[in-house]
Amino acid sequence: MDLQAIWFFLWGLLWAVFFMTDGFDFGVGTLLPFLGKTDEEKQTMIAAIGPLWDGNEVWLISAGGVTFAAFPLVYSVMFSTLYSALMLILFTLILRGVSFEFRNKVEDPRWKRLWDSCIFIGSLGPALLFGVAFANIFQGIPFDGDGIYHGTLLTLLNPYGLLGGVLFVLLFLEHGALWLGIKTDGALQARATRVAAMVWPVLVVTAVTFLVASWFQTNLYANYLAHPVLFAVIAVTVLALLTVRVFIARQAWFKAWFASSLTIVGAIFYGVIGLFPNLFPSSLDPAFNLTARNASSSPLTLQIMLVVVIVFVPIVIAYQTWSYNLFKHKVAPADLAHDETY
Amino acid sequence: MDVVMLSRLQFYATSAFHFLFVPLTLGLSWIVAYMETRYVRTGDETYLAMTKFWGKIFLINFAVGVVTGITLEFQFGTNWSGYSAYVGDIFGSLLAIEATAAFFLESTFIGVWIFGWQKLSKKAHAGVAWLIAIGSNLSAVWILIANSWMQHPVGYTIRNGRAELTDFFAVITQKFAMLQIIHVLSSAILLAGFLIMGISAYHLLKKQHIDFFSRSFRIGLVCGLVGSLVVAVEGDFHAKDVTEKQPVKLAAMESLWDTTRQAPIYLFAVPDEENGRNAVELLPIPGVLSFLGHGDFNAEVKGLNDFPRDERPPVLPVFLAFRGMVALGTYFILITLYGMLRRNKLLESPLLLKAMLFSIPLPYLAIQLGWIVTELGRQPWIVWGMMRTSDAASPIAASQVIMTLIGFTLVYSLLGFAGYYLIYKHAKQGPVAAQAA
Ligand code: HDD
Ligand code: HEM
Ligand code: HEM
Repeated sequence: MDLQAIWFFLWGLLWAVFFMTDGFDFGVGTLLPFLGKTDEEKQTMIAAIGPLWDGNEVWLISAGGVTFAAFPLVYSVMFSTLYSALMLILFTLILRGVSFEFRNKVEDPRWKRLWDSCIFIGSLGPALLFGVAFANIFQGIPFDGDGIYHGTLLTLLNPYGLLGGVLFVLLFLEHGALWLGIKTDGALQARATRVAAMVWPVLVVTAVTFLVASWFQTNLYANYLAHPVLFAVIAVTVLALLTVRVFIARQAWFKAWFASSLTIVGAIFYGVIGLFPNLFPSSLDPAFNLTARNASSSPLTLQIMLVVVIVFVPIVIAYQTWSYNLFKHKVAPADLAHDETY
Repeated sequence: MDVVMLSRLQFYATSAFHFLFVPLTLGLSWIVAYMETRYVRTGDETYLAMTKFWGKIFLINFAVGVVTGITLEFQFGTNWSGYSAYVGDIFGSLLAIEATAAFFLESTFIGVWIFGWQKLSKKAHAGVAWLIAIGSNLSAVWILIANSWMQHPVGYTIRNGRAELTDFFAVITQKFAMLQIIHVLSSAILLAGFLIMGISAYHLLKKQHIDFFSRSFRIGLVCGLVGSLVVAVEGDFHAKDVTEKQPVKLAAMESLWDTTRQAPIYLFAVPDEENGRNAVELLPIPGVLSFLGHGDFNAEVKGLNDFPRDERPPVLPVFLAFRGMVALGTYFILITLYGMLRRNKLLESPLLLKAMLFSIPLPYLAIQLGWIVTELGRQPWIVWGMMRTSDAASPIAASQVIMTLIGFTLVYSLLGFAGYYLIYKHAKQGPVAAQAA
């Protein structure tokens, strides 16, 4: 593989890790108003993701930063054409981030309700919008050779785009419910895992619909047909999704969550492989497509950034794994007692 | 207003807001780590209480800093796509390195610090506090290298219709960046020191938690004094570097219109940009500007009239902002020196305590003024001498930017209000109540 292809792969990997990690935070945040019957249950749910969400979100910042560094043209055209959608995502993420910290600092039900709604919006919103955005990228975005967008925010809300949004929401709901299965016990755990079992069939149907719709709406399958061995990626992803149900039945919550992680990574790679070498295809004319070939940085920058990533990302993974391990226990009342905790 | 003006306004609003929170994070992270380490070393419970009390302020502030930073990370693409495409080869990598090398560190370990009191040994927990301080300050280093490159681009060549990297080492070690890093990091320590002194003064004036706040005050005092000395001494080197690399910016900072030897500093002046002169000039101190810029009272300093009109920054705001920053810097040195004299007689020095209480906002002001000097003084360039700001904006509709500008104003007002309300409430409560909560 050449540098540009390596970077294309790394770009996909960063997005996949972001959705795998922050995905369950989105799921838990979306479930907050439905599963948390009492204030203590809500606090428990927040504490279940409290130590980890910020570190998870940095995968998004890295994915953005790496897009800028390795494919500056993609960074500039993608983010300016999707201006309104991306800004909406940012606003929702901003609300989510402060809510965790602010919510428990004042003992007033109205205050807490305000930040609870912000957590909900800030979790459901990005899940939905990222799904819509990625599905639209799979189809191609109406932008021209000068990077000018010929559409509106509503253009993105076409049926295939919305299907992608729903798929992401369901993936993360499943993922988040399973995380609560690991991190909580008692009535809350029972409710969360029931949600996981209920969402699963809907998720399967949506996923299959999306795979079929992609055949008609996108060019994703061209690479697969050219190299049929790639279908293995889809097979593994589907298999992972099926094993989620097996582990749910066995009440093996960690294994089920792990299978769900694999499903999410697989889903992202399903799209990334189909896109290659396009990073940001135009629906107006394939000549405008931004690809790993025509939109990348200079070889020197790609080399330096490769060294940076090879040195730092394993270190990051090492200490994040350590911190996941540190907080793998079930949330106990003592965890909520500390003054700094949210 | 056109897209360029709106995007500038939005960038200013979002980055200035981000930078209301960032300096406290940068400075206080070191101080909290120090307090926790003292606790581990001495076993003195007061240090634990200090860690928790100031740590909580740190955390509330940190949360707002984090979420407002995300906006900035993406705004280069959304609003400045011309810029991103042209210099992304260099600038983008610095942002990406900041994320991988620094943001992960601080964001992962902040979670560990908050939730890890029972999970970690005392020593390990204090170690985590140091990792957070290192991570935060490291992120500042990278973003300041990026900002300095816009001020003084090096290590690149224009190829394939854009700026491409040729010498990474030159980019990350250039003098402009080193100066900026020292200036900003020490101003952050100064700010944190003043915040600690101000809040401590409030309680000392009320004669409550005297031991706790006297000791806190003295820690803040040392930080404030050291910070303000470093900032001022280093600021002088900074000014000499600006004189060399951005002479027109220096001329605007001093409102100097005609190239002169023995250039004076005017204690008071009113620039008249139309006619290229000062409408009013009072109290000149001859030769000082020559000395500040070149280290020689007789040196020649270039005036604004020697530069084409379309390469001059707006003079009045840059001039006033620079005056304000330096005046505040002088005040910080004087008041902390006085504080050193009275440090063991705090309760008998109500005047000092009152002054400190009311000085809390001043370092914030000085820092904002500093950025106005740096960034407004860089105009009309987005990258000094290479790319004009007017060529950098995205080809998007003005209405889109208006919408988000309104959105940011609303959401940030809410955040700023909630964040400072919580800090205020907690600071006023004092340590004992905070412990019981
Ligand atoms: C890494 C780059 C970078 C960094 C660290 C900063 N800025 Fe900046 N600033 C820019 C990059 C930039 C920019 C993208 O280049 C802007 C937008 C338009 C322009 O010319 O420069 C800008 C504009 C800009 C302006 C308006 C100038 C104008 O367009 O009239 C001000 C007052 C500031 N910034 C202030 C700040 C503050 C308060 C910062 C503290 C966080 C800050 N800058 C950090
Ligand atoms: C305009 C350019 C800037 C961009 C793109 C930017 C980007 C960001 C981002 C994305 C975050 C959130 C990280 C997280 O989730 O943990 C952040 C936080 C932070 N940034 Fe900025 N930033 C900018 C300017 C600055 C400057 C000039 C400094 C310091 C000198 C700085 C220091 C910090 C620090 C210390 C944090 C940690 C959180 C906090 O401050 O409370 N940033 N920034
Ligand atoms: C006391 C004498 C001081 C001098 C001579 C001085 C000098 C300077 C100069 C020359 C610049 C502009 C650099 C440029 O254009 O790139 C600057 C910027 C700045 N100053 Fe100061 N300064 C002083 C005090 C302070 C104080 C007290 C603070 C804050 C507490 C402060 C905070 C800043 C900040 C945040 C910037 C923008 C970042 C940078 O360019 O470094 N300064 N200062």
